[in-house]
Amino acid sequence: MSAFGLMAASVVLIFFVVPDDADQGFSQRIFYFHVPIALTSYVCFGWGAWKALLHLWKRARGADLESYVAIHLGVIFGALTLLTGSIWAKISWGHWWVWSENQLVLFLVLFLFYCAYFMLRFSVEDGPARANLCAVYALFGVVLIPVSFLAIRLAQHIIHPVVFTAHGPRVHGVMLLTFCVSWAAMLALFATLYHVELAGKRLDSRLRELRELLA
Amino acid sequence: MSTRRFAADVATLARKDLRLELRARDTLPAMLLFVVSALVVFHFAVPDTSSRLASNGLLWVAIVFTALLGLGRAFVPEREHGVLDGLVLAPCDRSAIWLGKGLAALAFLAAAEAIALPAFALFFSGIGGGTVAGVALADLGICLVGSFVAAMSVASRARELILPLLFLPLAIPIVIGGVGASVASGPGRYLAFLALYDAVFAILCWASFEYVVTE
Amino acid sequence: MIRAAGLGKRYGAKRVFDRLDFELERGDFLVVTGPNGSGKTTLLRLVAGLAAPTTGELEVAVERAQLGFVGHEPLVYRELTALENLDLYGRLYRVPERRERIGMLLERFGLWDARGQRAASFSRGMLQRLALCRAFLHEPELYVLDEPFTGLDDEGAELLDRELAERRPRGTFLVATHDSARLEPLATGRLAFA
Repeated sequence: MSAFGLMAASVVLIFFVVPDDADQGFSQRIFYFHVPIALTSYVCFGWGAWKALLHLWKRARGADLESYVAIHLGVIFGALTLLTGSIWAKISWGHWWVWSENQLVLFLVLFLFYCAYFMLRFSVEDGPARANLCAVYALFGVVLIPVSFLAIRLAQHIIHPVVFTAHGPRVHGVMLLTFCVSWAAMLALFATLYHVELAGKRLDSRLRELRELLA
Repeated sequence: MSTRRFAADVATLARKDLRLELRARDTLPAMLLFVVSALVVFHFAVPDTSSRLASNGLLWVAIVFTALLGLGRAFVPEREHGVLDGLVLAPCDRSAIWLGKGLAALAFLAAAEAIALPAFALFFSGIGGGTVAGVALADLGICLVGSFVAAMSVASRARELILPLLFLPLAIPIVIGGVGASVASGPGRYLAFLALYDAVFAILCWASFEYVVTE
Repeated sequence: MIRAAGLGKRYGAKRVFDRLDFELERGDFLVVTGPNGSGKTTLLRLVAGLAAPTTGELEVAVERAQLGFVGHEPLVYRELTALENLDLYGRLYRVPERRERIGMLLERFGLWDARGQRAASFSRGMLQRLALCRAFLHEPELYVLDEPFTGLDDEGAELLDRELAERRPRGTFLVATHDSARLEPLATGRLAFA
């Protein structure tokens, strides 16, 4: 419920309160969606990798399902990142896709990686083997993030404009507030969707178990 | 598990794989023929390879897909008749299975490149020291990660379909490093990156292979 | 040596068995019987460590180096010769006096003449004998044998009888079989799957 409130607040801020960007005008506001969505995606993948580690290391029950749900949401947020990023690219540079944007390219690589995660998950029989394979792959994914980032930077010699630089955020005042509210909203959205989807999947699994016992 | 025992087990397993290939004689000739055919196709597909960047890029594409061809066959003897169980039952460290297979794959890839690199120099442009060093480091990464992912795909219904999907996103940093080492005036940075990739993923593979083959 | 409490195994939606309790002490010879698909193979794979239990606990107090397993598959490389296969396993299991041991086992199972042939050219019975050589090579403490008489002709079955009788005093056995009469004289206990 708080997610709803935060989302509403962020939308209001984004559309009405924040002043127009000097260069890009009204449409620049997509930035307030794009970057928080991207950051939330990273959080999803990180959470998924953490749950994967718990599954392998501590043999935690249910960690596999939690990992899967987190990554599932990560891919959804990732797709949204690519979408909003594409829109932003069109606004900023006039093309629907640019290879010079490191973050965007990184997301493309990660998107492909985690789609392969789903292909893997759906092509192996349910059971401890599948859980192990997916957990290991999730760990590979999280290691791939910094490695890919480094690689893409090397490939470009262009540095993506970092929002929070060492000298302090380039975004300030109302813009910073809006950004933070938006990010909080996205995280809250993730948390809500995560719990909803997890509850649903757990219910599914419980139903199946009960049906099995009765059979 | 002592290092000497581990090394001995790896040697035993790698020798077994080399012996299997020497007897079957199917994978290596196929890789040799494939890589040369691919280079010829590239000449027709991209006739204007006057740019060094373009032609070197094609070399790396050829290498990655030739490696995939070989890796697709890597675990076939183990997959047949469930022979992998025999190795998993053995008292050796499970990671020895991965490393033995990886080193054998490396031998085949190197053999294929012994033909591919001269062919490339013949068809397109000369090879520099940076390229050779890049190829050596990249081969290691390709074979270590590739054999790990090949083992993962043993459990999958999709078999050889899933291997490229799982492997290619992980191979993107390698290609970046390799192309960089081939064309940049200062290949040092790219070679260092390849070494970093190899080290990071080798550790990750070594630590997590146990979970790929056991429940 | 083996302790199972409330052991259960499920593959996806299919429940293979549930709430299984049993114990196996050192020196025991437990015969597992039951119709096809009742869970004998699954139990043996769990004990060997090739699968993990879904519910319950399973304690197997032997290391992998002390366990000899024969399953439905002979677990040998078809493109390698009998000798090469056994040499591979001999090295992995760090068998002392490897060559002599391999030679001796091949003789005892009547495979000495076929030692240089690829396993792909073996008949079903010969493959089974090779599988038994593989499992017995490292003189395990615990023998986990899933229908070891499958595919053996009379001569092969006699050879196996002899081997089992000889190893009986030094080992602990968990054997699944359809032919429980044959193993009756050796057995100390029975586990019947429904």
